[in-house]
Amino acid sequence: MAQEAKNQDLPPLVTRKPVKTKEELDLLLADKGIRYYEDMKTFPVDKEALKKNLATTCKSRIRTWLEICAHCSLCADTCFFYLANDNDPKQIPSYKIQSTLGELVKRKGDVDTDFMINCMDTAWGKCTCCNRCGMYCPHGIDMGVMFGYLRGVCFSQGFVPHEMKIGSGMHWIYNAQMDVTVTDFVETCEWMAEENEDYYLGLTIPVDKPNADIMYTINAREVKHYPQDIAEAAILFHIAGENWTVPSKGWEETSLSMFAGDWAGCKNQVEWVYEAMNRLKPNRMVVTECGHAHRATIIEGPYWAGIKTGQTPSPSIHYVEWVLEALETGKLKLDPAKKIKEPVTLQDPCNYIRNGGLCDVTRKIMSYIAEDFREMSPNREHNFCCGGGGGLNGIGRYREQRNIGLKVKRDQILATGAKFVVSACHNCWDAIRDLEEVYEIGIKWSFLKPILLDMVIIPDHIKPKEEE
Amino acid sequence: MYEFVSGPLALISFAVFFVGIIARIVWYVKGLDWRLDRVAYTEKLGDGIKGAVKSLFYWLLPLNRTTAKHPIFMAVTYLFHICLVAAPIFLLAHVVLIEESWNISWITIPDKLTDYMTLVVIAAGIFFLIRRLVDPNVRILTTASDYIVLAIAIAPFITGYIAYHQLELGAGYKTWLIIHILCGEIMLIAIPFTKLSHFVLSFCSRIQIGMDYGIKRGGAKGRGIAW
Repeated sequence: MAQEAKNQDLPPLVTRKPVKTKEELDLLLADKGIRYYEDMKTFPVDKEALKKNLATTCKSRIRTWLEICAHCSLCADTCFFYLANDNDPKQIPSYKIQSTLGELVKRKGDVDTDFMINCMDTAWGKCTCCNRCGMYCPHGIDMGVMFGYLRGVCFSQGFVPHEMKIGSGMHWIYNAQMDVTVTDFVETCEWMAEENEDYYLGLTIPVDKPNADIMYTINAREVKHYPQDIAEAAILFHIAGENWTVPSKGWEETSLSMFAGDWAGCKNQVEWVYEAMNRLKPNRMVVTECGHAHRATIIEGPYWAGIKTGQTPSPSIHYVEWVLEALETGKLKLDPAKKIKEPVTLQDPCNYIRNGGLCDVTRKIMSYIAEDFREMSPNREHNFCCGGGGGLNGIGRYREQRNIGLKVKRDQILATGAKFVVSACHNCWDAIRDLEEVYEIGIKWSFLKPILLDMVIIPDHIKPKEEE
Repeated sequence: MYEFVSGPLALISFAVFFVGIIARIVWYVKGLDWRLDRVAYTEKLGDGIKGAVKSLFYWLLPLNRTTAKHPIFMAVTYLFHICLVAAPIFLLAHVVLIEESWNISWITIPDKLTDYMTLVVIAAGIFFLIRRLVDPNVRILTTASDYIVLAIAIAPFITGYIAYHQLELGAGYKTWLIIHILCGEIMLIAIPFTKLSHFVLSFCSRIQIGMDYGIKRGGAKGRGIAW
């Protein structure tokens, strides 16, 4: 093989297996994708394995979708990529899936390296698996689901974007999407509790407390980049008087494995969280303000773990559901005078709105916090992807396409007249931050926690005693 | 010839059609896999049925956003399908033929109406054809089979119209009648083996996605999916 000849002295970067050792991971991290994509150009397709994979995992649902697609193009304008790329027919969801997975199935896996690279570039660079197209197809064909499947096929053959390979590897090595260990996590919790206990009397972040009402799980980047988020969550739980805990093992609810199509990795990751549920037996799990994590750990996770009911071992809810419950029951009381006065709009994350049914929840929260709430159009289940979903935010190879795609969200925000966007999702939050950086439309954006913390009435017993 | 196409060949076509579509449905349902599809079809059947009914209801009736967004195309599509299915089933001549052969019959609709319905099918077919040729979005998706399938679907209506009105288009009534019957039989046989299988598989797909949303994607929480 040419690739082997060329890089015979170097360890391979492109492989058909997930990265499971720190050495392999460090090698990938150091490469920054340069040799990785170069090697990929000559990386052979294992046609036999591909054929077998398709025969055993591509069953009647997807085969029927591929077959009965009427090629009517009604899905075209449902896709934000199509709209953002000036109605380019090559961005029609049906075209994108038929020219990749459709061909792959037709040819029973008899395809070459270039074909697989095109599959990769389409599955990650032209689709965020937002599932919007599926809501508009008269046959009910969900191309987002098919692209999710195609990602798995690509992953199994080694054709996966550099950052996704790394992300999947992180989960195998650290049980987290970043190199955050259990010790890092627990120490960060301790640090955040210490930092804030003087301002909120009695504040603790209970680790591994059995039989708590709430087991709270988070996104690794909160540990690594925004520890304040953990503190905010703790303060709000404390003010609400919740009996809560975080698991030392099983705290990470995100899944770059899902974005990567590493199904074994997905299973491995969610089982870590479910083990924590089984160990600590909380009444329920609350997941942080993240969209894909909710999708991965609560919606898809039970299936990866082989739980027939499709339900997590303990009932699980998204952070926004807890917030609304706390507001409605009066556990959290907001100062009405502090309601946001300026026009404010709301981003509907695909992963828990379209794919999780929580649109009314977030709107009710908005009624507590905003005086002039303005809906984007379209909204709720029909909202467009922020432009950075499905892992796209993190993939350097598709940065330009991502930035083009952001135009749709930019225009949606501008049309509301609001300069403030509430986004209770890490991915959407990032995409909106990036769109401000790229297009400079003068907006600000926020998770719910800082907004709530700004407005919440702190009960007297938590307020620090005035010093004499 | 007429005896052959209207006798044994008709029987064979109907047999292939019925056995074929049943086989397609069985194959579809057997291929559903709760773990691969990640939908708890049987464990959460109640939520699934609710989602499926909703999915069928909003799409069998023009109560979906796609119809609102593309009213002309969807109106043509609904009309095309209603006429394509209803006209041959309730045409007096067809019902009489079936009664003569198998001694079963059902209600019919007036010939005048089926005549208009036939014209609707043909006109809609031409609309689809032009759209396929002209619209760049549709063109990029179009394959040869799309034209063949459209031709198979429209041919019985064109030939039926010619035969019914006894138009002398290069052949006599009897010849056109035989061609018409053959076209109908080709369509019946083609249904299980081509994209025309959407005749049943579209329902399967709508039910499946309805169950998916009903069971997993928010159906059990809040208001479920708003098609």
